[in-house]
Amino acid sequence: MSGLVLNNVTKQFGTFTAVENVQLAVPHGTFVCLLGPSGCGKTTLLRMIAGLEDPTNGAILLDGADITRVPTHKRNLGMVFQSLALFPHLSVGENIAYPLRIRGAPRADQQKRVDELLTLIHLSGYGGRPVSKLSGGQRQRVAIARALALSPRLFLLDEPLSALDAKLREAMQVELRQLQQKLGITTIVVTHDQREAMTMADTVVVMNGGHIRQAASPIEIYRKPADTFVADFIGSTNLIETRADSSGAATIFGHRVQGLVLPAGAQKATISVRPEDVHLTAPGNGSIDGTVTFVRDLGGTIETFVEAGGQQIIAVSTPRERPEVVAGQAVGISLSPDVCVVLKQ
Amino acid sequence: MKREPPQTVADYGPLFFPAGMLLLFFVVPFGTMIAVSFFQRQEGGFYTPAFVLSNYERFLSAFFGGVLGFSLMLAITVAICCVVLALPFTYLLSRLTRRLQVFWLVALLSVLSLSEVIIGFAWSTLLSRTAGLSNLLVKIGLLDQPVALFPSFGAVLTGMVYQALPYTILVLYPAIVRLDPTLMEAARTLGSSPIRAFFNVLVPALRNTIMATLIMVFIFALGSYLLPQILGRPQHWTLSVLITDQAIYQSNMPFAAAMAVFLVLVTLGLVALTLLIGRKGEKA
Repeated sequence: MSGLVLNNVTKQFGTFTAVENVQLAVPHGTFVCLLGPSGCGKTTLLRMIAGLEDPTNGAILLDGADITRVPTHKRNLGMVFQSLALFPHLSVGENIAYPLRIRGAPRADQQKRVDELLTLIHLSGYGGRPVSKLSGGQRQRVAIARALALSPRLFLLDEPLSALDAKLREAMQVELRQLQQKLGITTIVVTHDQREAMTMADTVVVMNGGHIRQAASPIEIYRKPADTFVADFIGSTNLIETRADSSGAATIFGHRVQGLVLPAGAQKATISVRPEDVHLTAPGNGSIDGTVTFVRDLGGTIETFVEAGGQQIIAVSTPRERPEVVAGQAVGISLSPDVCVVLKQ
Repeated sequence: MKREPPQTVADYGPLFFPAGMLLLFFVVPFGTMIAVSFFQRQEGGFYTPAFVLSNYERFLSAFFGGVLGFSLMLAITVAICCVVLALPFTYLLSRLTRRLQVFWLVALLSVLSLSEVIIGFAWSTLLSRTAGLSNLLVKIGLLDQPVALFPSFGAVLTGMVYQALPYTILVLYPAIVRLDPTLMEAARTLGSSPIRAFFNVLVPALRNTIMATLIMVFIFALGSYLLPQILGRPQHWTLSVLITDQAIYQSNMPFAAAMAVFLVLVTLGLVALTLLIGRKGEKA
């Protein structure tokens, strides 16, 4: 298969297992985000793909060839580091030309490629400046250009945008995604920011504790989270306990929910319901009854906190469909079965 | 952070103590030495205050010129050898685990506790014919019979490099530890083998530190006067040896002072030249 394949990749540091039996296929030209909390093994996985760490077990294949033991400098990668790692003793142009220079490319070719890349990253004419005279966003783009100078087979980025302020970060996310689509290069980004992952990725790989919890498209990760961790980590969600009653139908806090089906044989399960899928009705009309405890009006959205069955359930709505409720009011919660995602135990 | 320049005398207060110490223990003795270098020597005795240039005139001879040249050459060679050896060593050291790094640093510090005399005699034993390293080479068949490797220029160089190496490593260590380790990794992902990355990323990125270390070791080596005497022949004696000889054994303070002043001037000139070249290189 063309693209990158990870086969049962495991990495141990002493007795600590950072990455365990990771299985992943990245087709050529796709944009993958490794997403997870810090310490989940995502950076270690990226470093193994780059060859900066040796896997304890398993194999890494690129376009069908086993590259597990190929040293970093022979893998033909481009990598952007969290610290950017721009060479302080070289100018912007020299930084970008570095991979060409050490391969002995003729000077004219180096200059041509540097100019091309500077245009690509909207920094034409900056070639002669020292790196220290650039702003954060400009440095970011220089690091990207340097990594792309040789048209690498793999483009790896380790938390590339974490040093930028929020506004610039959002803009760079869009820019990075557009650049990747233009070049059609296989790209893997490590991030702990789910917005970043949702913005850029074709496939989001959610990791925790050294394992892949779910690998799917952003919308599927959001709509159909595989387990409690993914549901909770991506966006905000209501995790609700469901039990099967004597006839086998699913109930929430003792109320039967029409159409909701638990996995065969399961006595109880946790379901995830996104706050925007929780609708408030008059008490008695919904499947669950509860009491409003707090209303947070944020202008663009309104969050209503409802206490039901000893648990807090959050409903989010837009001002147009504003539920006319105040704290202390009794309400009904209606859950349509298609928004309830039954999570793996 | 921008600070305001000091306004009143009181603002300079924190500087008074160090300035006073510097004046008392550095400027005054050095001034005395400069003064003495112009004094008239009393044959067989001490010296009398005067203003004569004969001490400097005596220095401007082929013999002392040669000794000065040799001293500078030796100090520069020691500095280069130390940096060339210490740079890869310190880089590898900085990549070890914390515990191993501490172990090595403690070991290096303990080498510093050895006096120059002990280092000199230890190396003279190690390089001797009867008990030296050449016996080992004979044992493993590389030599036919043991040879004396000292006194010689190589022995002086070895001893002085041994003495200065811990300082070199300790000066380089903080700069190398502070250097972003991803710089080397970035170079590798861009196609540099680790050895090439060492030369075209680490060395240029540490350029200023390397310059400063070269100057430090150079000045340190220039002051060495015991090792050349223990491990070398008279032609390997440095200007520092001659200064000691004049000051202590010949009781010729004015001439010793003149030589010392001259050595300081030449050293300052060389350091200034190095800095100038360094700055030019930075602009280019």
